[in-house]
Parts: sequence; C-alpha cells; structure tokens
Amino acid sequence: MPLVEIRDVSKRFSRDAERIDVFDSLSMDIEQGSFTALMGPSGSGKSTLLNLIAGLDKPTSGTVTVGGAAVSAMTAAQLANWRAQHVGFVFQQFNLLPVLTAWQNVELPLLLTRLSKREREERVGIALGVVGLDDRHRHYPRQLSGGQEQRVAIARAIVADPTLVLLDEPTGQLDAKSSQEVLALLGRLNEEFGKTIVIVTHDPHAAARARRQLHLEKGTFVEQADAVTVP
Amino acid sequence: MKFFTLLRANLGRHKRRTILTMASVALALFLFASLRTVVTTLKAASQFGSARRLVSTNATGIVFPLPIAYANRLATIPGVEKITWANWFGGQYGDGKRFFANFAVDAKSYLDLYPEMQVPADQKAAFLADRAGALIGARLVDLFGWKVGQNVTLRGTIFPGDWTFTVRGVYTPTDKAINDDAMMFHFEYLDEKTGRNGLAGWYIMQIDQPDNAPRIAKTVDDMFRNSSAPTRTGTEQAFNASFATMWGNVSLLMNTIGMAVVFAILLVTANAMMMSARERTRELAVLKTIGFTDRRLFGLVMLEAGIITVTGAVIGLGAAKLLYRATNFNAAGFLPGFDVTTATLLLGGGIALVLMLASGIVPAARAARLPVVAALRNVE
Amino acid sequence: MKIPFTYNVRSVLGRPVSTALTALGIALVVAVFIGMLALANGFAAALTRTGSPKNVLVLRRGADSEMSSGLERDVVSILSGSPHVARGADGRPLASPELYVIIPLGRMGDTTQLANVVVRGVSDAAWGVRANVHVTEGRRPASGRNEVCVGNRLVGRFPGTGIGETMRFAGRPWAVTCHFAAGGSAFESEIWGENEQILPAMRRDGFQSLSFRLADPAAFDEAKRAIEADKRMQVDVYRESAFYAKQSELLGRILRILAIMITAIMAVGAVFGAVNTMYAAVASRAPEIAVLLTLGFKPRSILASFLAESALIAGVGGVLGCLLALPMNGIVTSTTNWASFSEIAFSFRITPMLLLAGLIFAVVMGTVGGFFPARRASKVPVVQAIR
Repeated sequence: MPLVEIRDVSKRFSRDAERIDVFDSLSMDIEQGSFTALMGPSGSGKSTLLNLIAGLDKPTSGTVTVGGAAVSAMTAAQLANWRAQHVGFVFQQFNLLPVLTAWQNVELPLLLTRLSKREREERVGIALGVVGLDDRHRHYPRQLSGGQEQRVAIARAIVADPTLVLLDEPTGQLDAKSSQEVLALLGRLNEEFGKTIVIVTHDPHAAARARRQLHLEKGTFVEQADAVTVP
Repeated sequence: MKFFTLLRANLGRHKRRTILTMASVALALFLFASLRTVVTTLKAASQFGSARRLVSTNATGIVFPLPIAYANRLATIPGVEKITWANWFGGQYGDGKRFFANFAVDAKSYLDLYPEMQVPADQKAAFLADRAGALIGARLVDLFGWKVGQNVTLRGTIFPGDWTFTVRGVYTPTDKAINDDAMMFHFEYLDEKTGRNGLAGWYIMQIDQPDNAPRIAKTVDDMFRNSSAPTRTGTEQAFNASFATMWGNVSLLMNTIGMAVVFAILLVTANAMMMSARERTRELAVLKTIGFTDRRLFGLVMLEAGIITVTGAVIGLGAAKLLYRATNFNAAGFLPGFDVTTATLLLGGGIALVLMLASGIVPAARAARLPVVAALRNVE
Repeated sequence: MKIPFTYNVRSVLGRPVSTALTALGIALVVAVFIGMLALANGFAAALTRTGSPKNVLVLRRGADSEMSSGLERDVVSILSGSPHVARGADGRPLASPELYVIIPLGRMGDTTQLANVVVRGVSDAAWGVRANVHVTEGRRPASGRNEVCVGNRLVGRFPGTGIGETMRFAGRPWAVTCHFAAGGSAFESEIWGENEQILPAMRRDGFQSLSFRLADPAAFDEAKRAIEADKRMQVDVYRESAFYAKQSELLGRILRILAIMITAIMAVGAVFGAVNTMYAAVASRAPEIAVLLTLGFKPRSILASFLAESALIAGVGGVLGCLLALPMNGIVTSTTNWASFSEIAFSFRITPMLLLAGLIFAVVMGTVGGFFPARRASKVPVVQAIR
C-alpha cells in the first residue's frame, strides 16, 4: 500500500472575491521509501500540495491519507499531534528559532514526546551527527552559514524519526556548494536510512537527486519517468 | 518543565525589554502594596482597643474638660474595676515640625490600666516618684535623642510658657498599633503650674466583662447627662475608630490611585507582550508545523506573560514588605504599625495573575489562531 | 537638515496600538499627578483664602491654633480700642472677638462617622471684618436667640443643616436661620453663632481670638510690634492670611510629598514602557533610518527626530491625562486639618499652571524614555541596515 494516497483532491482559494482553483480532482500515490520531486511553474500548486500532505492545509474536496491515517479529516489538534510524530518539514528560509542554539532547535520536536531528557539528548546527538554538525551544536543560527542552518533544519526534521520528510525549496537560499552538501545529505537519508522524501523544487540538481519527478502544470500532473540524472 | 528552555530563550530575546517590563511591574505592585497598607493600617487602628476599656469624653466636644470629681462617682458604678484619666497638653518640641502626642495623666492608675506600655521597673518607680518626671515612647529616643535623666522643655500651646520635664522612663508598646512616640507626665504638675485643678480631658475605665460595656457606658452617660459636663462614653475601640474616620475618605483616594497604577502597568505589560508576539509570528508558525498544538502555544505565550508579571510582583511586593519592616516606618507617627498584611500580599499576587491574563490574552489567542500556511508564506 | 516632523507623525500613526498603549500609560501618570496636586492645592487654597492680608489675628502667646488660645475680656477691650484697628462706617471698631470650639457631629448617611466641626462664636462685627463672608440664604441669627448660621460646605453633608431645621449641640437646640459662603475658604466648613449664646453654652467666660481690620494695611509690622510689646497682655499677632496659610502647612506638605512620591514611582514605570516602545520602533525601522542616512541626513538629526517622536507620543499622553483629570476639578471632599483638629471641606483645584506642569512632566517622561533608543537610532550603520 502506498504511504501517501491522494484521491480526487481539489483546492480552491478565495482572495478578494476572486476564486483561484489550484488543482482539481488530483490523484497520486507516494510509495514508502521513495524520493519524489514535485516541480512546476510558480503558482502551479506544488507547495500547496506539500502542505496538504503535511496536514498544514485541508483540501476543498477529496482525501489525503498518509500511512493509513485520514489526514484530510483530522481536527487541528489531531493534526498537530500527528505532525509531531509523522512529519519532518524543512523550509526554504530555514526557520530556525534565533534564540535557541542548534542543539535546542533540533530538540524542539522531541519536547512534544514523552521521552526523558537523556533519551532526547541521545536522539539530538544522533541527528546532528547524521547531518555532520555535532561540533556546532552550541552555536546560534546567526553564527552558522546558510548551508549549516539548513542542515540543522534537516536534523530537526528527522530527530523524531518521522514517516515523511517534506522539503519546500530547501536549496532556494543556498549557494552551489551548500546546495550540494544538503542534497547529498538527502540522498543519504533516503538510500541509507530509508526515509521517504518529498521535495518541492525549481532546482534541477535537486530534482536530479530524486528518483521520481512529478511536474505540476495547470493543476495536473505530467509525470517524468524515473529521470536521468542531469549533469 | 522541559519547555523552560524555550520560555527562557524567548524572554531573553530582548533582555532589556523583559527586565524593564518586570521592573515596571515591580514598581507598580510596590506602590499598590504601599497604598493599600495605608488603608489597612488605618483600619487596624480603628479596630484596635481593649474590649474591657471604655473611654469617656465630654459630650459637647473633645476639647471640653471633665471634672476630676467624676472619678469618685465613676468608681461607684458596678462593673467598673479601674479608672484613670488624661488631659491633652499639646506641647511642641524644638521647631514643632515633628508632631507627637503629649498629655498629663494620673500616672499610677494610667500605667495600671495600660499594661501594654512596658516600662522597666526601676524607670517606672523613678517616674512615679518625680512629679516633674516624664515617660516617653521608645521612638522619641531615636527621633530627638532624648535620654533617661535628661531635661526636656516643651513649648506649651494650650498652656502657655515653657515646660521642663525630666525623662524618667521609656515605654515600649507590646502591640505595633499603639503609638510608640507619645509622652506622658503627671497631671499634678500641670495643675500646680497652672494654678487650677480638677480637670480631666478624658476618662478611661476598665470593666469586668466586655459584654457589660453597653450597659456601663449608658450608666455613665445617664449619670452626667444633666450636669454641666455631660459625657459620651464608648468602648476604646469606638474611640480609636472615630479618629480613623477623621482622615476623610482615604480609602477611596488610595483605592482610586491604586487602580490607576495597576491599569497603567497593565498597559505597559500588554504593550511589551504584544511587541514580542508581533515579532514572532513566523516562529510561532514554525512551531505549529513541528506539531505544537494551538493550545500549547496559547499556554506558552501566557506563561511568558506570567513569568514577567509574577517575577515583578514578587520583587515589588517583597520589597514593600521588607522595606517598611526594616525601617520601622510609621509615617511620622500618623500610621503606627505600618506593615504590609498577608491579605495585601495575596491581593497583589492576584493582580499579578490578572496582569498575566490581560496582557497575555491577545498575543496568546493570536498565536493559537495563527494560520500556519499564511504566516509562513509571508516573507517571500 | 532637519527631518520633517510629519515623518514622525506618520510613523506614530502607523503603529496605533503600541502608541496608544504607551500614551495612555503616560496619561494615567499625568492624571494622578494633576489630581493629587489639585487635592493639595485645594486644601491650601481653602486655608489661604480664609485669611485676609488686611486683617490681623491676635492669639494668646504660644498658642498654635485658635483652639488652644484664650483671650480674657479685658484684653479684648484693650485691643478693640487700639488705634491700629480700623473703624467701620458707624465709627465702631472693626474688631471681632471670637470663640473657636469643635463639636462632634455625625455625618449625613452614617451618623456613627463623626467629624469635629468648628463652632465659631462671633459678634456682629465679624461679618464686617471678614469681608469675604456673606449670607447666601436666609437671615443672620437674631440677637438673644439660639440661632446659628451654617457654612455652605456643611449643608447637605451633616443632618439638620437646612434652613429652618434644628441642630443640637452643647446640650441645647439651635435653629438654622441662614447659610453663608466665604469664597471657598475654611469658614464655609463652620457653624457661626452669636457670642452671647455660644459662650455660656460652651461654659466659657472669655474669648479665644480677636480678628480686626488694620487701619492702615501697610502698617502691619508697626501694629505687631506695638501690641506684642504691650505689658498689659501676652499675645501673638499674625497677619490673618499668613496665619491660616501656616495652618495648611502640615497637611499640605504631606499631600504634596505623597503626590510627588506616588507619581515618581508611576513615572518610572511609564518611562520604561516608553523605552520599550521606542526601542521596538527603532529596531523595526532600521532600513528607513539607513535610507535617511544615505539621503544625507546627519545622525544628529536622526537622534533629534526620534526624540521628537517620543516626546510627541508623551505629549499626546499628557493632553489625555489633563482631560482625564479635569472632571475632578471642583469636586468637594473633606478631611481633618490636624493643625486645628477641625473638619475642613475643600474642593480639588486644578489651575492652568498645574495643567501646564502636567504637560511638561509628560514631555519630560517621553524625552527621558526616548533618549537611549534615539541614540541607538542615530548609530544605525548604513550598510548593515540596508542589507
């Protein structure tokens, strides 16, 4: 059974009496352990789709099921709890809390669990190790480079061992070298650790990392079969 | 309390703002406690008084005297155990700027009736033996630097001229509500020097049982109703209470100012909280993404407000309690026993909680209702 | 080159909530400031208006109030005949011997709450000597009758003070025949009756004070010297206005000190609030400031601009505070003047000077609060802010 099932999903926005249909009756599956890239022009709805999968937004009609759970039907409180356990989200702007150190930022999702302090420390250590930043854990975001910040954000996203890791333009604010580091990391997460990854991106390098590329155009998918890596 | 790190980090985001806001709360609650203590002290003074003592004054007015001959007649009333009297002297010391009560008494019976005024036995004997002697309150020793054995001269206002007394003893009251800055001397000395005799300002009687007070009071007043000096008799507590009301509507004044103070501080705190909240819209949205529920965020923001108000309250209320105690403050004699009561402290704590709610509610509700997606989209 | 003030005005309007909260905080401090000083003012005014600089008050030597004094009849006769005393149109000396006692009266509504109200025994001359006193309703007490005239400030606050009603004190009834006004002075909290009735009722034989109009108002010092040196009596001579002003000293000082202490503490809190607001404003406008700097405005101008903005917010708060305090003007309250142990009613008195003081106080608070933030604004490094 696919990890994520999207069935007949439509999303409609109303802004100033104008109605915008982002997509209409969209359906797709995402398999466990896959690495999917969502691509498409601005406004095509790829970020919206990611938000629907994450339970950050609700479809106007249709259902979204993740790991058997009917995400589109949950209440806000239920979604919050569900996200804490099943979703790791990474943003384009990193969105680390500036008042917390790297360590404390990564620890945040674990505060919502019942783990003891020692167990939390263990997991944070592991997560930071995976992203290669254990020596920087005392630093505040302003003391880190863009690439390092994003890696901390990724550590935060995986520390609770979520079912899905979702990334919205993760390399959008990074230079070439940092982008590469981040993407290599994502590759490792998927291949070595078997994490299911969905990434929304413009970046062809990022898309190349993925094993499946989906193009959204005018509200429908145009799938590109398992892509050939672009040099 | 695993969220403590997050709370502390948020408050530490703008250390200066947090400290200034806490300081404002502390100042406001210090002021509030002080104002309220004026009211409670006056109230305590008005409720002070032995249930077994009655005070008789001239019914026409407190400035009118009562004949000394009344003492014998009062002694005949069943239920009256002891009698003493006093006469207001109203003398001034030095430039007269520091007012203190001084009056002539029938020394032996007065001290007998007021065991609350503790005097060392040798000093008491010396005072009783010296007709020109004076008994002073402990505070006068600090205020004027008087010592036992020293001569002090008061300038008479009602009884003109300079009056010299020898300090023979210092009394310490057992209860804080009793003035510790009064001065007493022998009425014989007053009579002798004025060449007149037979006048008392007011009588104090000790009765056998508190329940008999109304009956005895009525008996006294009936006894002298048609004489040239009719009396008005009541319990000592009623007597003290009447002084408290003379200030006028103090409690209204203090409470009004107190409310203004609290309201002003509420504005400061609410402003600070809202500024913090406004700057953190994006972060709050991220927390929601991670899985913090609306309710949890509401609680976190409220707690932040709470830490500021409660810390400020503890500092402000604590300072008030300690300061007045340490300095033995009594408002130049007008408010003896000035001490912040537990009730006031609790009230202050309650206000801190109200401050927390009022200043935190808007930012907390906003945080709870923050639409994640819209908030995250903001920066593009 | 000065930054135009409209920039500040628009910025302030751009953050209405924060501005409103800060201004309101300052408004409350100013309102309390004005209110408390108005209370002290009103009290002092009531007493200073009581006495006239043209009149002289004579008390027994050493007495600190009319109540502790005592003048024998013969002393009063001697004084009345003095050349320093002015003569009325009818040739009689404008000298008023008076008795001053206090009686306990229960307040209207709750008669267990007692106030020590002044009963003043007067002669006919009193109405002439005290020029600011005049009957507002009814007729003066008739000679030989147990009648009294009640000061306006007592009417309605104590039972039995209406015209035609009867008061009871000193063991006998007194019919109220008139009400009098005295320019808001302490007299308006008194009950006046004829000496010939009051003295025996109070079992007094002599008077307590003599109040007379100076024949030559400029000759006070001479009169004082002459009378105090007179070997037939031991008296103190005061200019009436100066004496009553002194009576207001104790309580007046207490009220004023209280006012200053309370508002000082409140002010610190309000200033902290202003500091917070301004720092936040500076932080959020760093890019604007950088732009201003690149346009050529000097850091000094930036400092001045932000100071002005802080002062503006505080100024608005000051005006609000004045408006909040104004309704208090004229409200009558009462207390006991401990100097004379007597009840005195007076009204809150807000003067233009006081309002001005309140406004200045507000602006000072704003300037103090805005100083450090403004300095921070002027130190914004151009490059960093624009990035």
